[in-house]
Amino acid sequence: MSASNAQVDHARIAAAKQGSWRPLPLISNRNLRWGLNLAALTYIVLVYYSVDINWARVAQGMDRAINFVGSFFTPDFVTRGGEIAVGLRESLTMTFVATVIGIALAIPVGLGAARNIAPRPVYFFCRTIIALSRTFQEIIIAILFVAMFGFGPLAGVFTLAFATIGFMAKLLAEDIEDAQNEPLEAIRATGAGWLQWINYAVQPQVMPRLIGLSLYRLDINFRESAVIGIVGAGGIGATLNTSINRYDYDTSAAVLLIIIGIVLMSEYLSGYVRKWTA
Amino acid sequence: MLDLKGLTKRYATGDLALDNVDLTVPAGQVLALIGPSGAGKSTLIRCVNRLVEPTSGTIKLDGDDITKVRGNRLRQARRQIGMIFQNYALVERLSVMENVLSGRLAYVGFWRSYFRKFPQSDIAQAFRILERVGLETMIDKRGDALSGGQKQRVGIARALMQNPKLLLVDEPTASLDPKTSRQIMRLICELCTEQNLATIINIHDVALAQQFVHRVVGLRAGAIVYDGPPEGLTPEILTTIYGEEDWTTTHKDSDDEEKSDKKDVEAALLGGHP
Repeated sequence: MSASNAQVDHARIAAAKQGSWRPLPLISNRNLRWGLNLAALTYIVLVYYSVDINWARVAQGMDRAINFVGSFFTPDFVTRGGEIAVGLRESLTMTFVATVIGIALAIPVGLGAARNIAPRPVYFFCRTIIALSRTFQEIIIAILFVAMFGFGPLAGVFTLAFATIGFMAKLLAEDIEDAQNEPLEAIRATGAGWLQWINYAVQPQVMPRLIGLSLYRLDINFRESAVIGIVGAGGIGATLNTSINRYDYDTSAAVLLIIIGIVLMSEYLSGYVRKWTA
Repeated sequence: MLDLKGLTKRYATGDLALDNVDLTVPAGQVLALIGPSGAGKSTLIRCVNRLVEPTSGTIKLDGDDITKVRGNRLRQARRQIGMIFQNYALVERLSVMENVLSGRLAYVGFWRSYFRKFPQSDIAQAFRILERVGLETMIDKRGDALSGGQKQRVGIARALMQNPKLLLVDEPTASLDPKTSRQIMRLICELCTEQNLATIINIHDVALAQQFVHRVVGLRAGAIVYDGPPEGLTPEILTTIYGEEDWTTTHKDSDDEEKSDKKDVEAALLGGHP
């Protein structure tokens, strides 16, 4: 594009003088532009015919979906209330412990993974940890830890803490890399030690984001605790799984509503805290 | 005080930023370093406190060779060298007091600084300096709540908190309006004289430099092309430093008053001295 912009387009300039101007198209080659549009359209048409939608089956399934959604209007919090309470307590404990451990471990990894403050070998080492942690989906890690530590919340805590490291360290490192360079230089120029430098120049710049991300991760971990419970890592997920296996959809609905409620609460809380830490 | 010998910096990209610079600055002298953008002014002062590693040459501070020192000895060297920045370089989310006290970091241990438990004498000194720069009522304001001139005053206070022997000043007025620029330059020069500091000021505004400094060094393409008193900056010399331009409006002339209005406006635009 820059090559074609290099020469002055006299026709465009003359038109602009007359008051007629349109922004330059994203793709300057006219044939390529229309070719891409046509290709996209063809793709959509082909996809429609290849999927082979059975509308009769969709109509039938709609009934079942409405029944399923209907059970949300008759949630049963009471019959299995004890089990729900135990699962919930277990999940909340797992979530808090895993988030705290995960963030504590993610901070040093995140510092090491920021290109502007870490020496090259440390940078590559920390980026490797982050990549490992982020490669595997929580369920896969949970299956591994359940095999290692047996069924129950311990495996869940390890899973969530491990996933938290990758998530928090990556985003923290990116925020450090985006920090203003001049204050970093200024504090270094005072002769401050490395830890003092981190504490005075880096920490104030990344603290609001670190707090916001921690709350966000807390709520992700709670949601994930419901999922990994299904593969045996304890918590409310185990309760949910049991209720589904028993065809006890009213209890399932109650569990799901509780999860929604807690996630909503955490959403409002984090919005409030972000405003307060700005 | 400061003694540079054969200082050379070649960046990894191959650009030669400093070419065999020899420079001696005695205590109490305020030196303006002028030159076009890219002449190596910033590189020179950043080599002195080793924010940039010189390729060759030596840097001596009070007779101590600090060209290769590392770790603790580098910190000891840096704390004797105060630095003031173009964009103030305050940590904006810290309070004015914290920013000023950060000048003491190399004098206190990590835990003391972490819990902000600075010695009483440091806090008293910080307050004294803040009084001197007229910001004593602002101690608890956050850095980002200040105006440009106020931020630069905090930057000056932070540098002075180091009890430096040498002050490096990088374009202190480039982001300030003409009046504030003069106030800041006057403040820096007064403080340097009071405390007998050797000072290097990088500055684009030649007229402003002429008004305040003792000595001017002109840098072009990494080499010194002028070293002398501010009065010696003739249009010919300025042409050697910056290249061809009409220098009559920038130059400090006694007959400025008699020039046409147009010239006065030009002088004001150039940051000149009407």
